[in-house]
Amino acid sequence: MIWNETKECMSRDEMMALQSSRLVKLVDYVYHNVEYYRKKMQAVDLMPADIKSIEDITKLPFTTKDDLRENYPFGLFAVPNSEIVRIHASSGTTGKATVVGYTRYDLDIWAECVARCFAMAGISKDDIIQIAYGYGLFTGGLGAHGGAEKIGATVVPMSTGNSKKLTTMMVDFGATAIACTPSYLLHISEVLAEEGLIDKIKLKSAVCGAEPWTEKMRLEIESRLNIKAFDIYGLSEVMGPGVACDCEFHKGLHVCEDHFYPEVLNSATLTPVADGETGELAFTTLTKKGIPLIRYRTKDLTSIDHSTCDCGRTSARISRFKGRVDDMLIIRGVNVFPSQIEAALVDVEEVTPHYMMIVDRVNNLDTLEVQVEIDQKYYTDEIRKIEALTKKIAHVIQQALGINAKVKVVEPQTLVRSEGKAVHVIDKRKLY
Amino acid sequence: MFAKQLTVFIENRTGRLSEVLSVLKENDVNILSMSLADTTEFGLLRLIVDNAAKGKEKLTENGFSSLLSDVSIINIPHKVGSLQTLLKTIDENGVNIEYMYGLSIESDKAYVVLKASDTAKIDEIFTQNGIKTLSCDDLKNI
Repeated sequence: MIWNETKECMSRDEMMALQSSRLVKLVDYVYHNVEYYRKKMQAVDLMPADIKSIEDITKLPFTTKDDLRENYPFGLFAVPNSEIVRIHASSGTTGKATVVGYTRYDLDIWAECVARCFAMAGISKDDIIQIAYGYGLFTGGLGAHGGAEKIGATVVPMSTGNSKKLTTMMVDFGATAIACTPSYLLHISEVLAEEGLIDKIKLKSAVCGAEPWTEKMRLEIESRLNIKAFDIYGLSEVMGPGVACDCEFHKGLHVCEDHFYPEVLNSATLTPVADGETGELAFTTLTKKGIPLIRYRTKDLTSIDHSTCDCGRTSARISRFKGRVDDMLIIRGVNVFPSQIEAALVDVEEVTPHYMMIVDRVNNLDTLEVQVEIDQKYYTDEIRKIEALTKKIAHVIQQALGINAKVKVVEPQTLVRSEGKAVHVIDKRKLY
Repeated sequence: MFAKQLTVFIENRTGRLSEVLSVLKENDVNILSMSLADTTEFGLLRLIVDNAAKGKEKLTENGFSSLLSDVSIINIPHKVGSLQTLLKTIDENGVNIEYMYGLSIESDKAYVVLKASDTAKIDEIFTQNGIKTLSCDDLKNI
């Protein structure tokens, strides 16, 4: 089902005309309301009047996560706090969160976009949907929630953490849809199998996202649960889940292009690449009021396809992600930068600054092991002191990253030294 | 009086213990006693050797992390109840034992190695109660 045929199926010319008029308004809006953008434009001698159509977008400077961090918390907001009705945040590279604010209008647009995605997955007001993303500062839970309500489905706000309750309710309520991370859904499928409940569920579709996954994983989920699984994409800086989603043909993710203008850029020159070529994805939020972003570099690698899809939608499709430009990891849906571990360990004087992160997927749940070396001054002949230390480090990491890590003390001089480009991460998950 | 114990941190990997022991062997460091405390991830190998300082030096050269710590080595008669008598004396004086293991057993006497939570106090207790402990030099002559 197509939720908003007018917008999702308009001709390319109409779409470009809409994007052009929205971009012109946006640039004028940020120039007058966000000092940061005004200064950035002035620095390159650019006036709002210089932007006349969507093709002029390449004249505009980029925005990065660092810019958000430097303007922490509300520096990039275009409206006073009286207009902001919601705040979300994701972890930043060095401990400071990336903060985004939504006006009531922004929340409406967000719900609209998520509704389009859910409709692509065949979800309607007749469905009972369990939202099993975390509710809170993370955009996953509340974002999916808003879209599911907009569609009129019966929403069960499960959040995360209690698989048993989720499977019980899935059976008892006759839930027909679920939104959660793909790895969590695989885990749920195992719980269902263990409890002999696979035949008792009425699930027919799943909308999964918040972490990279492969086509193989998608097919695995479909066959294990006998459902259809869809890939939803989003990032909190741009909005949250619902920026793009794949339809039943699974030939790329349809971007809600009338709200988020996608560019795929050559990594070296940062100029747009041709359809089908791999590059870094950037978004411009064409309609956002709270914290509009101009050419926000996502660091995700993808390719773009502007041809009409077999489903009838004309919106541009981005391919499954092919990797990252930076070293960001997504562990259990949480953005993690190795530099965060490094910063956290600096405060623990008992260990050396060297570390190794080992990310794996055990029983379909992401695991993080952090290996550290004890500083020579703190060698001990008592086991409990080492165990107390690993507990302390796990706590420090929990506080900094918001995820649980297993801390392992290794022998001295066994961790790679940071000479040049040291490898601090071993990711065994094979996500791309 | 204390003797020096050589503690080596080793990861639970095949062959690691043997590598530590071969370093000691090649450098002619004699092991008088050992205790291996293990967890799922790592182990602490506690050794009483004839020359702890040399052992530490050689292990460091070979990339092992080791530590010297003060432990009490007490000679107790090799008969029923003698260890309990020793522990009672320590308990009554309010000192905790972090860990303990046996050293060598001859026909009529035995030794135990113990690490007290309060090293200064344990020495005092032993002196007051006439309990003799071994020194590093004593170990060289075993």
